[in-house]
Amino acid sequence: MAQELTPQAAGTVVRSKGETEPATLTFTPAVDIFEKGDTTVILADMPGVASDGVDVTLERRVLTLRGTVKPHAPEGYRRLSSEYREGDYLRVFTLSDEINQAKINAEFRNGVLRLELPHAAEAKPKKISVKAA
Amino acid sequence: MLQTNYFPWNYNDPFADMRRLQGAMNRLFDGGRSSERSGAYPSVNVWVGQDSVVMSAELPGLTDQDIELSVKDTMMSIRGTYPEPETGDDIRWHRRERPAGSFLRSIELPFRIDPDHIDARFENGVLTVEMQRPEDDKPKHIKIKSS
Repeated sequence: MAQELTPQAAGTVVRSKGETEPATLTFTPAVDIFEKGDTTVILADMPGVASDGVDVTLERRVLTLRGTVKPHAPEGYRRLSSEYREGDYLRVFTLSDEINQAKINAEFRNGVLRLELPHAAEAKPKKISVKAA
Repeated sequence: MLQTNYFPWNYNDPFADMRRLQGAMNRLFDGGRSSERSGAYPSVNVWVGQDSVVMSAELPGLTDQDIELSVKDTMMSIRGTYPEPETGDDIRWHRRERPAGSFLRSIELPFRIDPDHIDARFENGVLTVEMQRPEDDKPKHIKIKSS
C-alpha cells in the first residue's frame, strides 16, 4: 500500500509562490487508493491539467504525483463569482511494496490520473551464510 | 451508587446526536478547497462579458455523457453522476477521497439565456459553458433628442 509522506487533507493548499506576480497555488489532489490482486491502483483528481502537464516519478519507494495546470480565463470577460481556484497539484507517497517498475501503467483521462503499480514478484529470501571464524 | 448510562452521549441533550451528525456532514462537505462556503456541489466560476456569460466547473472523472445541462430563462442546472468505484472481491481499499454519487446544482445567471446558442465543452475534467443573451433581451440604446 501507499503511505503518504507528508499527510495532508485533500484539497488543501500546499504552498503558494510569487508575491508580486499572480500567485500559483498548489493543491493536494484527492486520491483513491486500492489494491487489486497484486497491483496497487492510485486514482488522483487533477482537473484542468492537460495530459502533457502530468508528471509521475518513482524514486526508490517515493512516488511523486505532479500536475501543472494551464490557467484559463475567458478573454474580455469579467469575473462575476469565483467558488474554486485553479492551481497545480502535488502529492507524495511512500510505497511499502516493491514495485515492478517495468510494468507501471499510467493513464490520464478526463482530469484523472490512474496509476497501476504492480508489485514485484516476491523477492527470494537471500541466504547469508555465516562463516565460522 | 453505580449508575449505568445507557446513552453514550449526554442524554440530557436530545439533540446532541443530531448535532454530531451535522458536524460530521459539515466536515464531509467542507473538507475540500471547493464548496467551502455553500456546500453546493460542484463549485462554479462565472464570468460575464458584454452579452454572454461563461460558467466553469471542475468535474474530474466524469465524461461528457455523464453530465446533463439544462437552461430555463436565467436558471442553469448541472446534473451528473460519478461512475461507480471499482468493485470486486479482491479489492482492498486504502483511501477514498474522490467524489462519488450524483449531484444537481442550479445557478442563477445575471440575464436570460438563449437556449439555441450555448457552447458547452468538457476538457480535462473541466466543464466550460458559454451562453449568450437572446437578441430581444439585450439592453437597447435610447437616443435622447435635444430640443
